[in-house]
Amino acid sequence: MSAVAFTGTSVMDIDAAKIRGAGSNVHFDKVSVAYGAHVVLHPLTLDIAPGEILAMIGPSGSGKTTALRAVAGFVRPASGRIRIGATDVTDLPPYERGLGMVVQNYALFPHMRVEDNVAFGLRAQGADKALIAERVKDALGTVGMATFARRYPRELSGGQQQRVAIARALAVRPRVLLLDEPLSALDAQIRRNMVEEIARLHRSLPGLTILYVTHDQTEALTLADKIAIMRDGRVCSHGPTTELYRRPPNRFTAEFLGRANLLPVTIAEPVGSKGLATARHGDSVLTGAGRDEKAGDKSLLCIRPQHLSLTADAEHTNRIVGTLRDVHWQGELTHLVLDVDGTPVRVSATKLPIALPEPGARVPLFFAPTDTSLLPEDSGV
Amino acid sequence: MSEAVALHAPAIRRDPGKFWIVPPAALLVLLFFYPLALIARQAFLDDSGVANAAEIFRVLHSRFFLNALINTVTISVAATAGCLIVGLVLALILAFVPFPGSSFIARLIDTFIALPTFLVTLAFTFLYGSAGMLNTGLMEAFSLPLPPVDFLYSTWGVVLAEVTVYTPFILRPLLAAFSLVDRGQIEAASVLGARPFRIVRQVILPAAIPALIAGGSLCLLLTVNEFGIVLFIGAKGVITLPLLIYGKAIQESAYQVACIIAVVNIALSLGLFGLYRFAAGRLGV
Repeated sequence: MSAVAFTGTSVMDIDAAKIRGAGSNVHFDKVSVAYGAHVVLHPLTLDIAPGEILAMIGPSGSGKTTALRAVAGFVRPASGRIRIGATDVTDLPPYERGLGMVVQNYALFPHMRVEDNVAFGLRAQGADKALIAERVKDALGTVGMATFARRYPRELSGGQQQRVAIARALAVRPRVLLLDEPLSALDAQIRRNMVEEIARLHRSLPGLTILYVTHDQTEALTLADKIAIMRDGRVCSHGPTTELYRRPPNRFTAEFLGRANLLPVTIAEPVGSKGLATARHGDSVLTGAGRDEKAGDKSLLCIRPQHLSLTADAEHTNRIVGTLRDVHWQGELTHLVLDVDGTPVRVSATKLPIALPEPGARVPLFFAPTDTSLLPEDSGV
Repeated sequence: MSEAVALHAPAIRRDPGKFWIVPPAALLVLLFFYPLALIARQAFLDDSGVANAAEIFRVLHSRFFLNALINTVTISVAATAGCLIVGLVLALILAFVPFPGSSFIARLIDTFIALPTFLVTLAFTFLYGSAGMLNTGLMEAFSLPLPPVDFLYSTWGVVLAEVTVYTPFILRPLLAAFSLVDRGQIEAASVLGARPFRIVRQVILPAAIPALIAGGSLCLLLTVNEFGIVLFIGAKGVITLPLLIYGKAIQESAYQVACIIAVVNIALSLGLFGLYRFAAGRLGV
């Protein structure tokens, strides 16, 4: 990806208006997938609204790619139905589903020039030459690759190839765009830039429904309106991105999405009028955002590493004390690892005291009640 | 002066590695180039050892030579085309149509490479010969007085046998090439609206062109020089260059004629090989 292309802030907006597709909703209705006796996707019921970006994230083998491939038509569900808009596509071949897809390794046709790659879908669908020329120009303009039309894929960088792959998918004006780990093959810097580019692209194409499969939580958090977290072939949580991040419903979601600290606590007082419950962790009395916990319940207090502070203030009223184990300086961030009564607790700080405590020192940590979330201890999932 | 001489006479350094070329080169000369040179020399000398260039022109303009050349080219081109078509279809099915036992079938087809070529011809005789299963069955079923199928003892019989024997030589490189085709490209094409035939034509085949050229060239080389199948079928009037060389040298003891034809056969083979290397080099095979 050229630096010039990335620094241009309006590149994505040039012709995007011309490519607005009428996005459709996607509905999984108890869709399961099995290979022989091995079930890789347990009955999944899920909706993706028109124009929404749903990110499916989870570890390898969690079933997220299988779900995407079922939508694409490459995997036949063992049970259940898949609808795109009003059409039941379960029994349709991939070429009749009206989708666009971008995969990790770009999958550009190496013997075709960029413009022919982008035109491929339109030609396959029998579009006339004038329309193909117009759409190819628009799609390449949308991803900032108009000047590369005569190049072959081998003459492009990884980021540029991925842009062409996106243009190729957009040129057919898909009802739904499937993105299967689209940035995994790119290096970290380009990946960060491409996430921003895709976000900008979606703002330009608000009607485009996107199913985005990734194992990278940063991509999901940046791009998705909603996130579905997959584990062992099941959705273990699903909801609006900010809600899922702030109030994870279970331990796996809390740990997978943002590597939260989970402090075991016992509920002392259930949720009051402000939505806060009081809980005990050892000798510490802590306040956190609760749900329907009862006094005496065993819970986990979810605290994000960046919400822990080494200094107290009016907001950071909760206090715990831990033993400092490790300090990792990473430039703009410093990561501290502490042991709080046997529970490892991570702190990510941008500002630290000038005199940083030595490993082995007892260090007080402060956090705001509203930055926490209580979740049931047995919510493991 | 003596100093200058000394300066211009560097110490002799012998690199023992470069002498390793001698044994294989000597072996090649002894077993390959020398016999070839003998054949070429014999082509210019008559049976009494006198140079006879007129004989070369006579042979090259003779009816029997031209017929053999035409037969050789016709059969090899037709057989190669048949191998390419059958090999391509089989390879596409084996590589892209999922069915249980596909790898077993691929290996079974491979075993043809290990078998002597005339065995297939023998099997064909049992199947399609005048007293073969097909003719016997048809004669019994329709009370026919004569065998109705007699293509085996013609050019087409030879072509069919060669297609059967040499298709694996196309199949192997094609399967290897297909195994390298990015499945993501096929899936992307399919999602974009391309039906299977278009995917084969526009995505898979371009990736398989080097393999097709490599396999096709090899097939052409082998069929040009095929001897056993043509001899075993014994089709009336189907004489190819190798069969003609055999006939002239062994049956008629016309060694100069045999060597002249052999030189043409060698030139044809080397020409095809050169073409293959050129194409392979251009395509990066």
